[in-house]
Amino acid sequence: MAQPLVKKDDDRDDEADYSPFLGIEKGAVLQEARVFNDPQLDPRRCSQVITKLLYLLNQGETFTKVEATEVFFAVTKLFQSKDIGLRRMVYVMIKEISPSADEVVIIVTSSLMKDMTSKTDMYRANAIRVLCRITDGTLLTQIERYLKQAIVDKNPVVASAALVSGIHLLQTNPEIVKRWSNEVQEAVQSRAALVQFHALALLHQIRQNDRLAVNKLVSSLTKGSVRSPLAQCLLIRYSNQVIRESANTQAGDRPFYDFLEGCLRHKAEMVIFEAARAITEINGVTSRELTPAITVLQLFLSSSKPVLRFAAVRTLNKVAMTHPMAVTNCNIDMESLISDQNRSIATLAITTLLKTGNESSVDRLMKQITNFMSDIADEFKIVVVEAIRLLCLKFPLKHRALMNFLSNILREEGGFEYKKAIVDSIVILIRDIPEAKETGLLHLCEFIEDCEFTYLCTQILHFLGIEGPKTSDPSKYIRYIYNRVHLENATVRAAAVSTLAKFGAMVDTLKPRIFVLLRRCLFDNDDEVRDRATLYLNTLGGDGAVVQTGDDVKEFLFGSLDIPLVNLENSLKNYEPSEESFDINSVPREVKTQPLAEKKAPGKKPTDLGAPLAGPPSTADAYEKLLSSTPEFASFGKLFKSSAPVELTEAETEYAVNVVKHIFDAHAVFQYNCTNTIPEQLLENATVIVDASEAEEFAEVASKPLRSLPYDSPGQTFVAFEKPEGIPAVGKFSNMLRFIVKEVDPSTGEAEDDGVEDEYQLEDLEIVAADYMLKVGVSNFRNAWESMGADCERVDEYGLGPRESLAEAVNAVINLLGMQPCEGTEVVPKNSRSHTCLLSGVYICNVKVLVRLQFGLDGPKDVAMKLAVRSEDEAVSDAIHEIVASG
Amino acid sequence: MSFVKRAKSNSSIAELDSNLKNLKELCPSIKNILLLDSEGKLIAVKYYSNDWPTNSAKETFERAVFTKTQKTNARTEAEITMFDNYVVVYKFVQNLHFFVTGGENENEIILATVLQGFFDAVGLLLRGNEDKKEALENLDLILLCLHEIVDGGSWLEMSLNSPHPPNAVDNHNMDAGAPLSEQTITQALATAREHLTRSLLQ
Repeated sequence: MAQPLVKKDDDRDDEADYSPFLGIEKGAVLQEARVFNDPQLDPRRCSQVITKLLYLLNQGETFTKVEATEVFFAVTKLFQSKDIGLRRMVYVMIKEISPSADEVVIIVTSSLMKDMTSKTDMYRANAIRVLCRITDGTLLTQIERYLKQAIVDKNPVVASAALVSGIHLLQTNPEIVKRWSNEVQEAVQSRAALVQFHALALLHQIRQNDRLAVNKLVSSLTKGSVRSPLAQCLLIRYSNQVIRESANTQAGDRPFYDFLEGCLRHKAEMVIFEAARAITEINGVTSRELTPAITVLQLFLSSSKPVLRFAAVRTLNKVAMTHPMAVTNCNIDMESLISDQNRSIATLAITTLLKTGNESSVDRLMKQITNFMSDIADEFKIVVVEAIRLLCLKFPLKHRALMNFLSNILREEGGFEYKKAIVDSIVILIRDIPEAKETGLLHLCEFIEDCEFTYLCTQILHFLGIEGPKTSDPSKYIRYIYNRVHLENATVRAAAVSTLAKFGAMVDTLKPRIFVLLRRCLFDNDDEVRDRATLYLNTLGGDGAVVQTGDDVKEFLFGSLDIPLVNLENSLKNYEPSEESFDINSVPREVKTQPLAEKKAPGKKPTDLGAPLAGPPSTADAYEKLLSSTPEFASFGKLFKSSAPVELTEAETEYAVNVVKHIFDAHAVFQYNCTNTIPEQLLENATVIVDASEAEEFAEVASKPLRSLPYDSPGQTFVAFEKPEGIPAVGKFSNMLRFIVKEVDPSTGEAEDDGVEDEYQLEDLEIVAADYMLKVGVSNFRNAWESMGADCERVDEYGLGPRESLAEAVNAVINLLGMQPCEGTEVVPKNSRSHTCLLSGVYICNVKVLVRLQFGLDGPKDVAMKLAVRSEDEAVSDAIHEIVASG
Repeated sequence: MSFVKRAKSNSSIAELDSNLKNLKELCPSIKNILLLDSEGKLIAVKYYSNDWPTNSAKETFERAVFTKTQKTNARTEAEITMFDNYVVVYKFVQNLHFFVTGGENENEIILATVLQGFFDAVGLLLRGNEDKKEALENLDLILLCLHEIVDGGSWLEMSLNSPHPPNAVDNHNMDAGAPLSEQTITQALATAREHLTRSLLQ
């Protein structure tokens, strides 16, 4: 016998660890499999060997192709045996192993076909299952006759085997299976529960593309000839599908609702639950229709079976998102579930309560949750923390209680993800609820006093540096920050030094004290910490006196870096150390047209600590600064919106040009970003000649040429237009790049003196309605939607034609409207057939707009969309529809 | 982008929603059936879906299921949990842990019925003597049971009764002198079938 491969733990009792498979080894078992070839079969021994083989497969052992083929051949010999037990194991073995040896399948088919017509029902059933698993189209036509017979076999096991095989075969050979309709229909009437179930499943599959037929099938069966609870569940799902299809809005005569409601009184719990769940999932279900389902689920909540409680609370949790009022009746039962042994149930109950709770019940709820939090796992705690954050945004007046709760759990034990969820929540609350700011910041300060996570520490320090100086008493935060310089690792110390400096820069009265502290940091044993301290001490100025820090210094130290890091990196690489110092102003400011870089700002969810504060302003701020510093455009007022760059040239052309559209109240400025990709050329005096004849409402008022455009260093030229104030005027512009080109000697890099005037045709540019839409998110879409009211609501439906995928269609519409997706709804789950996307934005003249998009697949590729717009102004709602209709 | 404005008719979104649910999802289905010992070691398993394509994925899943459930008490009533978008129902007896996994939208009660069916069938096969050693010694019967409870793919099909009827048939063909173990299976499965038929026809 081979040596045992299984590791033995020495300290364990041998007796208890005994296993018949101890020391089992593949090679040895394959040797043993030779008994299959014995002329006198020993069924018992053969069974044991098959079990061993199956055990190996089950434990994840793999067989090589040769091994598998050998075993397969050997096993087929066992068809000679008359031993029923052994024969059953043979079927299992063939099913397990045949896919890896499919070219030899033909060997067994004759044996199997013989079994298929055997008198022994067990052989027939098993043979059908195995044969249909390994068969191909041609063989199938040969055995089709037997399969049809089997479907109506009086033995239910045989019939079920044939029907189930039919379901599998429908994927590969639909045209053959479809011919069995009559037999399947007969089987639906079978007295055997399972046959009925399988027949129904197959029949529905066969007819799935014929809506009328499905409708008829469901109508006739709902009249009550289905006995098996499983088949009844299936029927409920089918009728629910028909309900979705028929889509009538008058709730009164919804088809099959009565059937579903009747199923709520079924004897089997699975049917009751299926029906209740189906009712809650009906589109636009009314509260009257919902009530009986909720009542049933409420009964389940107090069941002794955990599975029932879980099923009910999970469904109610979903209902609470759309119909919170309907669930409030269950609140008392739900509260008792907070102490449920099963933590999944307890968590679902809590989050449901948080969704349905009203302002007055918050305090009581928080008390209950506090007891509960200590004994659930981190993953559940994160769910609760998120629910509490939403609750707090819903009831800002309750921020004190909720913030206290968050700070309490922040002090308790927990992993990184959990702590991060809490910190993120506090940060969001600080941002959205001004009254919560000071307490929130103090909670964060206390947290970093004893925080093991460097990442969270540095993020919080950064956040303190921004928010702290703006509070009424900034000095109280200094102690917490300076403590970090003593107690933490180098990364945190460096962050703390920066934060201190920020306080010093922003709060003049604190400056002398900050200087004292910063001087102490000069003796730190870490380079970065010392360097930062030195930098701040030298730049903040005033030598520690109470003086105002210059705006330029503040800007230099803490302003957002308006230069793309990639460009800075490139310039630094190209910089050769010389007398002349590196000039940051020589670094090109334009983002090389990487759509990724553009998307980052709005796309990122504002849960990250740093992102909401440092992220979005970078590009927008940079544009604004750029434009207001240009005298020609300084009088245009506040920049409303800058578009993403639009390419005006093909990739890989001589000159790459893209344009950013800047929209002002009464002006539009086009910023053309040009790159010269020819090393032998220098362009001078580049301007874009714009023909606005197809944009009647626009009149050109200014143009700012680009003096020089050397190779591979982007530059900008601008053209400005006047337009009617506050009106979303649209139009089309054709562009021509005009410049003087000079030859450059590549070896010396010097340009010749005379140049030639030349022109280069660019693609057309359009100002569309989306350019007047600002991406502005809302924290709670539902609330915003409801408080906006339906007064100026406009709803309509659109067909989007064939699309690659639902996600692609969703993205197209988001881009078209130029609005901010809310609550992560821009992400379409894989394989989903419908999707709801929530968008918000601000239209020109500061009109808030909210959009709800519902997408659905119509047929294989066609996408349809329902667009509901709410805004403060009817005209704007109409304009949004206009955008989509013309888009 | 070409958007065609659509007439308001009943061929609208709600209709599209109709196709929304993948047909496969319409049929109750289970992802796997799992039997572990009290230390999380695998005794028998059958996967009916390709959600876990590799051995290591399977092992990771099995370990996760075990660690997430081991501290709970699932001895009197079947328990339930949810993770990674799967619903897992489970029940323990002595040192055997039974699990049935379904997709996130599956009817929990159907999953629990499958679990109960498997649990009862194994109990009968082991003659009420449910422990790891006994289970390993009768692994052939348990594997048969797994194979016949659900056939391929994720279809809950032979579903609740399959291990049993074949044996009902056996009953008629069985020699009087059939070996003891054969008789036991037959008995066990006949009883299990009764139980399940009851639950199916109630």
